[in-house]
Amino acid sequence: MSLHTLTIKELRNKLTAKEISPKDIVESLVKRIDSVDGKIKGYLRVNAKDAFAQAEKADISKPLGGIPIAIKDNIAVSDEGCTCSSKLLENYVSPYDATVIRKLKEAGAVLLGRTNLDEFAMGSSTENSAFGRTHNPWNLDCIPGGSSGGSAAVVAADEAIAALGTDTGGSIRQPAALCGCVGLKPTYGRVSRYGAVAFASSLDQIGPFTKTVEDSALVMNVISGYDQMENTSRPVDVPDFTKSLNAGIKGLRIGIPKEYFIDGMDKEVQTAVKKAIDWYAANGAEIIDVSLPNTEHAISVYYIVATAEASANLARFDGVRYGRRSPDGTDSINSYSKTREQGFGSEVKRRIILGTYVLSSGYYDAYYNRAQKVRQLLRRDFTEAFKKCDVILTPTSPTAAFKAGEKSDPLSMYLADIFTIAVNLAEVCGISIPCGFTSTNLPIGLQLIGSHFDEPRLLLAAHGYEQGHDWFKKKPSL
Amino acid sequence: MQYEAVIGLEVHAQVKTNTKMFCGCKNEYGGEQNTHVCPVCLGLPGALPTPNVEAIRQTILTGLMLDCRIAEVCKFDRKNYFYPDQSKNYQITQFDMPLCIGGGVVLDKYAFPKEVQKEAYAAEGKKIRLNRIHLEEDVAKSFHFDSESGIDFNRCGTPLMEIVSEADMRTPEEAFAYLTTLKRILNYGNVSDADMEKGQMRCDVNISVRPVGQEKFGTKCELKNLNTISGARRALAYEIQRQIEVVSKGGTITQETRRWDDATGQTYVMRSKENAHDYRYFPDPDLLPVRTDKGLKIEAEAKMPELPHKKKDRYINELQLSEYQAEVLAADKALADYFELAVSGTKHGPAIANYLINEFLATEPDTANILIPAKHFAQLADLVANGKINSKQAKEVLVDMLSSHEEPVKIVEKKGLAQVTDLGALETFCDEAIAANPKSVADYKSGKLGAINALKGFVMKKTKGQANPALIDEILQKKL
Amino acid sequence: MAYVAGLSRIDLSKEEEALFQSQLGKVLEYAQELQKVDVSSVPDTPIDPNLPTNVLREDSLRDSLTAREALLNAPKQANNLFIMPKIVE
Repeated sequence: MSLHTLTIKELRNKLTAKEISPKDIVESLVKRIDSVDGKIKGYLRVNAKDAFAQAEKADISKPLGGIPIAIKDNIAVSDEGCTCSSKLLENYVSPYDATVIRKLKEAGAVLLGRTNLDEFAMGSSTENSAFGRTHNPWNLDCIPGGSSGGSAAVVAADEAIAALGTDTGGSIRQPAALCGCVGLKPTYGRVSRYGAVAFASSLDQIGPFTKTVEDSALVMNVISGYDQMENTSRPVDVPDFTKSLNAGIKGLRIGIPKEYFIDGMDKEVQTAVKKAIDWYAANGAEIIDVSLPNTEHAISVYYIVATAEASANLARFDGVRYGRRSPDGTDSINSYSKTREQGFGSEVKRRIILGTYVLSSGYYDAYYNRAQKVRQLLRRDFTEAFKKCDVILTPTSPTAAFKAGEKSDPLSMYLADIFTIAVNLAEVCGISIPCGFTSTNLPIGLQLIGSHFDEPRLLLAAHGYEQGHDWFKKKPSL
Repeated sequence: MQYEAVIGLEVHAQVKTNTKMFCGCKNEYGGEQNTHVCPVCLGLPGALPTPNVEAIRQTILTGLMLDCRIAEVCKFDRKNYFYPDQSKNYQITQFDMPLCIGGGVVLDKYAFPKEVQKEAYAAEGKKIRLNRIHLEEDVAKSFHFDSESGIDFNRCGTPLMEIVSEADMRTPEEAFAYLTTLKRILNYGNVSDADMEKGQMRCDVNISVRPVGQEKFGTKCELKNLNTISGARRALAYEIQRQIEVVSKGGTITQETRRWDDATGQTYVMRSKENAHDYRYFPDPDLLPVRTDKGLKIEAEAKMPELPHKKKDRYINELQLSEYQAEVLAADKALADYFELAVSGTKHGPAIANYLINEFLATEPDTANILIPAKHFAQLADLVANGKINSKQAKEVLVDMLSSHEEPVKIVEKKGLAQVTDLGALETFCDEAIAANPKSVADYKSGKLGAINALKGFVMKKTKGQANPALIDEILQKKL
Repeated sequence: MAYVAGLSRIDLSKEEEALFQSQLGKVLEYAQELQKVDVSSVPDTPIDPNLPTNVLREDSLRDSLTAREALLNAPKQANNLFIMPKIVE
């Protein structure tokens, strides 16, 4: 039996029925990784020996007991590397666990390996990795999306049962869409950011990649909750996210924002999403027109706010306490400048410089301050919209996966994030689920957006659609 | 032309707490290098700050003591600049919404340098207005070697408050009095030990000069590296003179940061205005705003101490201390606490104050850790008040007590001082001894001086050993 | 560009400088559209009213790292200090 193809739910049933042991799952996955990751390159490191040791000790009475999970390489795991796909952190070893890692360990999960990303999570294609690009399992010439491209690819290619990623402007949902798996960005404050290497603090969230919506709920049950180590995590009750999954979509009010069905959207994506709307309508959901007028400003706001925060967040990478220090520095100042020149890739430098610029003397009001105000307007749009509907439906990405190297201009790459970015700016939750395939057999993602801390209804809506279709059962041929 | 100086101070004071500002590491002076550190204060990838409620309370209390308005809501900001003593290359501080706004420090006469306390301006009770007090994190300690530097992050991230005055001071002596008064108040609230020599209180100075009568400020310079209160006074005196010389010769002052060198007694240019920093302040997205009106202010108010000038007034009015005594005791919170312990339940305020000020302080005690039980001072004053010993003898007992830490009654016993008031009785015993030992009297008189011991022994027996041998000796010799 | 790169403490080659200049110029030009947005309805307070307040930590000790753990990743160290090229202003 190919255990690596199963879901958390299926494996947990087999584990508790004592049909299999955690070691069997690790063995199946390690074989799978051996046979396909040479093509996908989703993993930066797999520690099979350690995974077997963890499996040996795994307590299957725990909620994720014996389930192997892959971790994006920008989340701290004690005694492991955390490269952020940057040369600068190539040899760094974390002395502590991120809160989500502590929770996964306590829940009995097996940490299988570390996945590739755009350096410091800056990118939408996983091409900006100092350790090589990751390939889309559906078409190896295509990018898997990003920045959590490695996590999306290994779940889609059955190299992991589930994975964690981080999402600042779509970094979970967009690769999930492009690789054909389920990716959830929780409400800001739902999951502790402690231990996730910060890109943009007011936007970052950790979330799961899974094969099904139900699995997403199972992982969320473990990683959610207030954390006293994280000031912006919210003391909100964590429900059992699996409870409401089957409540049914009948009567669910689904908002369709007219601004999200833009010109230039890929026709096949448009058709797939329209079909999804029709399906919801046909199955008893109420389709409601809503308006999110400030969405058109989302990209401008995002690239000002996110880069400003990043310029400060990434200042700590100076080669003093950790990191690869340039040998060319002769004093503290040029040691910094050369360490950062040699350690960071182009996209990271570009964003730090942009962020520094928008905060610098004389420009703060015109850029940063103004962007924050427009962000407030955007947030109001969502508040207004959620008065009329329960969830909002949009495409996840305007196109399916594109060819590697195709988008060399940063602005055109940034524009591809249009549908996901507003969700982070408004701090609400969003999920991407498969909703079809292009004529060239590339997955298309459907994005559902829920109000603040309304993951239960978001998951219900996603689960309803997923179970009404076969998309999630389709596997790439590798 | 006559010139006057315009002086404003930025004082950084370390806030007393158990833990650092944004993590649970110990907030302690010293400690083995790089042992009070964690992922947060080392700025490791992924680590995030959480604000220490006690540091916020302590800063609010400082604001209350200094008559500030406490902001209903405040926030933390990032101040961006690269420097190796910061682990994140930004400092978490408060930019445009500080915790405390306005306020002031009233200069006390006795806070001025001793030699100017008699001057009229010292007695004015001038108020130096404050601009603000904000809370931030301290930086690490660096050590400089030949071609390299070393960094210890133990201090990095400890809470620090910055107290910014208006440019209300006009002389180095006022600055001296301001720092002295401020330190005293911080000690009173137990919010900071504020010892400049230990770096617990640091100060930067903004200073300019202008012709007397001119309203417009002159071009200011910033002075750094002022490590003692008297050093700050010296630095200001030098810098005022320097600026006056430049201006009176028709020159212009360049806006710059200057470093004081206490050894040479001069200031030197550190950097000019052109190299000013562009700090790119913005609200720290890792930290939520703080509201003081949800209990924090009330909690701080509960810790409000009796302030130095109130204490001084009480000592004068209720304990009948002289103004000088009241000032000296109130100047040192620890000493004042000790005094109050000693004086409680007695009516000996002035006497005990006298012992403490004239004898005890001369021993240069660590007033925060006094080993002599306070009740000893009360007992000593009792002995005098009850006529057991006279004041001259009290001094003798006091000197002994300060070194032996013994109880005054024991010292009186040890020294046989208790009998002294009974001179009449001693004389009677001596007369009896002379009458009862004619042989010894005769021997003594014939030159055998040792014979007096027999007489002394007689008296000692009569007094059951409680008499002072030296005193008996004195009386006998007189009588013989 | 040189000024901002300096503030960011990143050395840039001449080519990179020119490339970034044009790329970021385009991004900033795009972001100019924000100037046209009417934000008069947003209160001019630096504090976001949506944020919760007073999530504070009690002043109690948590475990620190040992000096060995703290210095584990140090590019250079001596006598339990992080060592780096000489600090200049």
